[in-house]
Amino acid sequence: METGTLDDAGQGGEHEPHDGTQPGEPHEPVWTGLPSGLLRMRRLLLVVWLGPLTIGLALLLGLLAGPAWAAFALLPLALLLWGWPMLGRNWRSWRYAERADDLLISRGVLWREETVVPYGRMQLVEVTSGPVERHFGLASVQLHTAAAATDARIPGLDPGEAERLRDRLTELGEARSAGL
Amino acid sequence: MSAPGVERDGEEVGPEVGQDVGAENPVIEHRLHPVTPLRRAWAPIAVIFGWAMHDPDGTQRQLSRLTTTTLLIALAVVVPAAALYGFLSWWFTHFSVTGTELRIRTGLVFRRTAHIRLERIQAIDVTQPLLARVAGVAKLKLDVVGTDKKDELAYLGEAHARALRAELLARAAGFEPDSAHEVGEAPVRQLLHVPAGVLAVSVVLSGATWATLVGAVVVPPVLWFATHSVWTVLATALPLFGAAGASSVGRFVGEYDWTVGESPDGLRIDHGLLDRAHETVPPGRVQTVRIVEPLLWRRRGWVRVELDVAGSSNSVLVPVAPRAVAEGVIERVLPGVTVPRSLDRPPRRAGWCVPFWWRGYGLAVTDSVFVARHGLLRRSVSLVPHAKVQSVRLAQGPWERHKGLADVHVDTGANKTVTARLRDADEAARLLAAQADRSRTGRKEALPDRWMA
Repeated sequence: METGTLDDAGQGGEHEPHDGTQPGEPHEPVWTGLPSGLLRMRRLLLVVWLGPLTIGLALLLGLLAGPAWAAFALLPLALLLWGWPMLGRNWRSWRYAERADDLLISRGVLWREETVVPYGRMQLVEVTSGPVERHFGLASVQLHTAAAATDARIPGLDPGEAERLRDRLTELGEARSAGL
Repeated sequence: MSAPGVERDGEEVGPEVGQDVGAENPVIEHRLHPVTPLRRAWAPIAVIFGWAMHDPDGTQRQLSRLTTTTLLIALAVVVPAAALYGFLSWWFTHFSVTGTELRIRTGLVFRRTAHIRLERIQAIDVTQPLLARVAGVAKLKLDVVGTDKKDELAYLGEAHARALRAELLARAAGFEPDSAHEVGEAPVRQLLHVPAGVLAVSVVLSGATWATLVGAVVVPPVLWFATHSVWTVLATALPLFGAAGASSVGRFVGEYDWTVGESPDGLRIDHGLLDRAHETVPPGRVQTVRIVEPLLWRRRGWVRVELDVAGSSNSVLVPVAPRAVAEGVIERVLPGVTVPRSLDRPPRRAGWCVPFWWRGYGLAVTDSVFVARHGLLRRSVSLVPHAKVQSVRLAQGPWERHKGLADVHVDTGANKTVTARLRDADEAARLLAAQADRSRTGRKEALPDRWMA
């Protein structure tokens, strides 16, 4: 499933603050894509891991076992060439929408998953950023509810946007808080 | 995962902690029942016994080397030391009830203070193992998300445990702090009692009983022919017979005299032949209810009802009852809920994803509950009140998308997920949106945590 038209909003890494309470179409959520930094990071990691592996394997097999064996190095190369567009597809499939009372997260191409988490159910909101993510200026937001099965994570956000989202979610969660 | 209801701190608490909350309303600290130190008396004996069993020859040799004097000296050291430890750990365990919390202060070397917030109570259990019944004592445990075994009050005097349960429930319900311990036990109206005969027949008709029994009878001889080793056979036969016993006799003993009652404090469940357990689930704490119908029970029209309460270990509401009676109990447990008569099956093409078993799947959504069924031979129908839904997820794999199908998962606070499988993709998308709306309005109408306030 292609969701390309919606993704352009995410390209610049700049977001207007959305609120789902916009008049007009209460049922059509305003989707936000992810900034392109995540795609860049994932593609770089793909090349960094599989590129040297291809070259190393080709050299090693070519020198030790003969040139015919070096064809096995095509395997990681094929994986690299296949993974490049796949990462793009996966990145385009990620999107989220803040509605008046709940957060929507939609993701996945082959295994599609759409999650709805009401703000009142949030137990805590986590913003994490690993060393590689930090280098690319990315952060992910994770929502926890009382149900451990709730899998509500938005990866690869701009740190400013992640913090804005965290603050907004916390504020809305407090306003609509409900017990178990 | 955080524990919203429980706050713990390892800090050293001053000895005057009991007096610091408001001069006119001092917090009274209590100790547990004096038999408490004895509850672990069997542990060192078990350790020695286990060691002796583990290496019989070595034990023989060690014992022959021992003289009476060394034995006496060892006893003279070990017994007082154990007694002292037991006494001190009892002496340093205190609990108190404040307007909003149950505080448990314990630990001899590593101090530990648990403050359990009463409005977060999901259930209160008073249990009496056989020996505790003989001694006239009981354990009291508050089920809050995140509590563990250390947070139970073991042991209290029987009458004290009941009075404390009544007081905790009154405070949790929102009665005034001054009158809370005068409210007393709420009256109980019995909803259901399971006769012993019906329970025995239901255990005999369970698949699990027969499966474990057949396993216990068949596997050891097969192993004997294969290995001719006594120890291998014993090592497998003992656990197998244990499992067979637990699933038949153990279940009968545990579910004997099962009584479900209703009181203003919520649901009362009492059961047990040797170990008695009394559970109280305040109103609005039930997250999911499951009606399970094993194949062999179907002719008699019997069902088993299970329930999930966050933080509680007990999951049975009715071990066996005729369907109509069980549905009556469910209507009391989830007010305003009727169990739907018919559930929608997935479309026919679902057979391409899950052959044959797709016929067991079903879904119904009413004003108050989300109902999903699965299982063909052993049917299981799960009900989730809309107000208890934590999050809703739609999932679709590649083959499901090819067939235009999708699954809808509903997550609840008891860490149980109820899934409506293989729905039509458009229907699933509508269901996802509608379920989010329904659970929002359901939450607004839900009872407050303090149900009497």
